[in-house]
Amino acid sequence: MVPISYYLILSGILFACGVTGFLIKRNIISIFMSIELMLNGVNLSFVAFAAQWHALSGQVFVFFVMVVAAAEAAVGLAIIISVYRTRETLNVDQVDLLKL
Amino acid sequence: MAGAVNLLAQRHPINSALSLVVVMGSLAVEYLLLGAEFVAAVQVIVYAGAIMVLFVFVIMLLNAGEEARTKGSKVALLFGVPGMLVGSILMGWVLIERSGDKAVPAGALPGAPKLIGWLLFHDFLLPFEVTSILVLIAIMGAVVLASHPDTDQGKKER
Repeated sequence: MVPISYYLILSGILFACGVTGFLIKRNIISIFMSIELMLNGVNLSFVAFAAQWHALSGQVFVFFVMVVAAAEAAVGLAIIISVYRTRETLNVDQVDLLKL
Repeated sequence: MAGAVNLLAQRHPINSALSLVVVMGSLAVEYLLLGAEFVAAVQVIVYAGAIMVLFVFVIMLLNAGEEARTKGSKVALLFGVPGMLVGSILMGWVLIERSGDKAVPAGALPGAPKLIGWLLFHDFLLPFEVTSILVLIAIMGAVVLASHPDTDQGKKER
């Protein structure tokens, strides 16, 4: 018997870790993993609310989020590979072609 | 439970991928506690299986090393840390006080695969089909992006 606020706080912690990693990491793969962490935090709150309101559609939404995350991971990692092939670096500070 | 593991592990350099696997696994246990068996299984298979293998593959392929440390700016230290503390305390207080103390019993909602499948193919049929198109586009995009751009070696192989 765990109150739902604990689940929400854990989900918030996960999301905050994701945001922090997204902002402070320099490695493009680490940034990508932070995005996955944020998605997972949101998924946890989805499942917690679904369990509280007895609505199964929350779990269906988690399923959709996972599918989108998988597609995003595939495309994003392909982008990372092509970036590494052209720039020879994984540091996002050195990929600044669009900067003025 | 999972948050403590995550908080400690996520600060590491590039082998944070492995700590992310731990986070995924503990989240799957969390879903099981909430009664979402199907979601837990999908979490283990898709996240801890497929996506993390993809990550580890790319990390090894690109031979990623330690990341350089940068100095945080003074402004971030001055405003960011107190702001973050105040914000998180406020969030925690609001969540604990206002979300009611209705406890979620363990295994409250039996998320059986049969029920989820029924819901998926009746109420959510259109999003499901749109998702399939999205995945198809993602596959094509990944193949195009990861193939060699100027040599036709990539074309011959496919």
